[in-house]
Amino acid sequence: MSLSSSLISELQQICGENGVMTSEVDRQNYSYDAAVLEPTIPAAVVRPNSKESIGKVISLCNDSGTPVTVRGAGTNLSGGTIPNKNGIVLLTNRMNRIIELNETDMYVRVEPGVVTADLAAQVAAKGLFYPPDPGSQAVSTIGGNVAENAGGLRGFKYGVTKDYVMAVEFFDALGRKVTSGSKTVKCVTGYNLAGLMTASEGTLGVFSEITLKLIPPPAASKAMMAVYDSVETATQTVAAIIADRIVPCTLEFMDNFTINAVEDFANVGLPRDAKALLLIEVDGHPAQVAEDGERIEQICKKLGARAIQVARNDAEKDKVWEARRAALSALARLKPTLVLEDATVPRSQIPAMVSAIEKLALKYDIPIGTFGHAGDGNLHPTLLTDRRDVAHWERVENCVADLFDAALSLGGTLSGEHGIGIAKAGFMKNEVGQSSIDFCRTMKAAIDPNNILNPGKIIGQ
Amino acid sequence: MSELNKLSKSLKEIENQLTDCMKCGMCQAVCPVFKQTGNEGDVARGKIFLLERLAEEMLTDAKGAKTRIEKCLMCGTCAANCPSGVKILEIFLKARAALTEYIGLSPVKRLIFRGMLKHPERMDALVDTAARFQNLGTSKADPNQGTRCSKLLSGVIGNRHFLPLAKTPFHKTYPSLNIPAGHSGLKVAFFPGCVTDKMNPEIGKAVLKVFKHHGVGVFMPKGQACCGIPALASGERNTFDTLLAHNAALFAEESFDYLITPCATCTATIKEIWPMMSEKDSIEKFRAGQWAPKTMDISQFLVDVLQVAPAQKSYAGSHSIEFAGDTVTYHDPCHLAKSLKIKSQPRDLIRANAACTFVEMAEADTCCGNGGSFNLQNYDLSKQIGMEKRQNILASGAGTVATACPACMMQIRDVLSQNHDGVKVKHVIEIYADTIKD
Repeated sequence: MSLSSSLISELQQICGENGVMTSEVDRQNYSYDAAVLEPTIPAAVVRPNSKESIGKVISLCNDSGTPVTVRGAGTNLSGGTIPNKNGIVLLTNRMNRIIELNETDMYVRVEPGVVTADLAAQVAAKGLFYPPDPGSQAVSTIGGNVAENAGGLRGFKYGVTKDYVMAVEFFDALGRKVTSGSKTVKCVTGYNLAGLMTASEGTLGVFSEITLKLIPPPAASKAMMAVYDSVETATQTVAAIIADRIVPCTLEFMDNFTINAVEDFANVGLPRDAKALLLIEVDGHPAQVAEDGERIEQICKKLGARAIQVARNDAEKDKVWEARRAALSALARLKPTLVLEDATVPRSQIPAMVSAIEKLALKYDIPIGTFGHAGDGNLHPTLLTDRRDVAHWERVENCVADLFDAALSLGGTLSGEHGIGIAKAGFMKNEVGQSSIDFCRTMKAAIDPNNILNPGKIIGQ
Repeated sequence: MSELNKLSKSLKEIENQLTDCMKCGMCQAVCPVFKQTGNEGDVARGKIFLLERLAEEMLTDAKGAKTRIEKCLMCGTCAANCPSGVKILEIFLKARAALTEYIGLSPVKRLIFRGMLKHPERMDALVDTAARFQNLGTSKADPNQGTRCSKLLSGVIGNRHFLPLAKTPFHKTYPSLNIPAGHSGLKVAFFPGCVTDKMNPEIGKAVLKVFKHHGVGVFMPKGQACCGIPALASGERNTFDTLLAHNAALFAEESFDYLITPCATCTATIKEIWPMMSEKDSIEKFRAGQWAPKTMDISQFLVDVLQVAPAQKSYAGSHSIEFAGDTVTYHDPCHLAKSLKIKSQPRDLIRANAACTFVEMAEADTCCGNGGSFNLQNYDLSKQIGMEKRQNILASGAGTVATACPACMMQIRDVLSQNHDGVKVKHVIEIYADTIKD
């Protein structure tokens, strides 16, 4: 620990004695997140309780050159919340108030520490809808969702977090309050800083308030499961549905490995011999739902689905989604370490990406279960390993690098929803080129001259 | 560091289980303690990380880690919701034993566990004496609950509202029983548990009344000891081993079809912890393994085995007097709902009493905050969690809250008593027994 005692006591004056943690145990407890990466122990953990105290904490850190890593629930999979040595972790979970839920103008103003599922539930209770639903929404916070531009199962039709951010208020590296955006649907006042801050992973500022767009919930929905004897026909179906100009709210893919893992674990009655499954849901106006549902059924049949199971009621719909919900748990129980990737391709390239993943699993002799959001090109090839097995782990790292190359060669991207953090910072150049990184570094240096805001993330040091 | 090396070695036993945690953090969504504190060290992921660091000798403050690892209700909610299926309770029990062996037991705990709990006859004598003098220095807290509080002892017990010790404990009225099977053709071993014995003997009596009504034979050996979970949860494995050996020898004296308790915690301990934590290749391990499938909570036994079903008859024809016209809600004890997945049977048992109407409360299966010794060590936190339970009980509008764990009853009684709420606290077996004529 290298923070001076005067800095600690100043932090205590701002956040209260309980708002600053410096014991070895507490510091260790904030040295990691959900990414499979080495922990780094911070010098202190600070929990501000008000907007003003966020500004004061940052200002102190800037003056003393202390790195600040903001943390909501620590569920990100890219190491974005792994702190810096001698730095502090700034926890947002005491800032978890919903400031205003405006039903008339359909927006909500929140503090960054509000848990996503809590927000979605409160919004739903007012007859409105906040669609982004990251897999970790039961614990993840809105601040983290915006900082990582989190996605979810509904991305295909409803987009991701960035599509709902109307305005932001944040503190910059010097501790000054900055606002951008508005409660209005239209707003072109100056730079789109809300856009810049989204997916910035805590490297450009610290959120103190976020305004999110709400929409009316769909009136009806219909879910179905299509069973395939070949991965190719399943993935071609995805492309065909999109080509037919139908936009399901959810279009999920599951390969044979994952199907069997789910069956072993949850015994939900999936066909073990199926090579792939598609889980599809359409929503909207009842008439549209009925029509889209029928057209999708026809497309599935035409492209060779062995069977199509349409849910007739809520219980059956729940059954369709039970399989998908169980996927991660089922895979997680097979091996100690799970590397859940999210390299993403244009939707038309899904068949090519799935086949590339299958080839890599054979090449490196690594079990890979693939499931995920086929509708938006965001698959989750999940590598099963044990990080204690050095040789195997090395193969996993090489395999992941090849996965990234495969996605990029198909016109895709390194990350669809998990972010870059420190896990993928080294691969950034392959996607955006050195000059883009230089541009980002120049911008960062200008607004964070002492490089205190989550240094090392996204663009490296 | 060489000392730390010893601890690291003893944690190796659970190292493989620790690795199963993928740090996804989903345990944060369901942990009652984390909900109150928001501290990573108070949730399973954080505790497991600390244990990993101790095993790797990357953390020097073993004492600090122990404090964190003990700050847990052991409610098992995280384990029930863990995507990776990490055996969290087993990890924590084994880790607490290893840490206690390394750091030692506090003098107070040593006195309680080794001096008293370990010796059932000494414990009974002490409780007898305490029962006789307990009115000195305590005063009535809430007449509805029959609770008392103590200014004199507030330094030790805080402002708790507690039920006084029973004037006559259950084992004084029924030192032992050996009744042959009646018309059911079944004989059960009966383990009343400490809280039933010393504080709520009426629960034990209700169980016996029900057994008699259904023609169930009862074997209840004399001199039963505690199931051992309080000692084990504090890392005192030696006392646990002694208590298990003592009980295992008593219950081996007679054959029985089922082993029944009216306490969710005792049931889960006997069914799961006894086989898990008994010494390898020991006679206790063998017996515990034999008994585990036969061990049942009283409501599961009545509903699943004896086919007691919700009442069809109208309230007018009901014998029940105490619950006539009453609305009853149910709190799921963690050890029953989370560990053993028993949720419908206690509700069916309440519904079997035609005189009362069952209503579901919100968040019926969230922990009441008792957590055994958690309540002793973290009373303020325990009470905060309990107050949320109280809100849900009151919001249900029920006149009676029933549960299936005497420890939960203590906690719920305390939080209701603190506010002088007029809601009655009952064990489900009391509600069912009330339908049977004496």
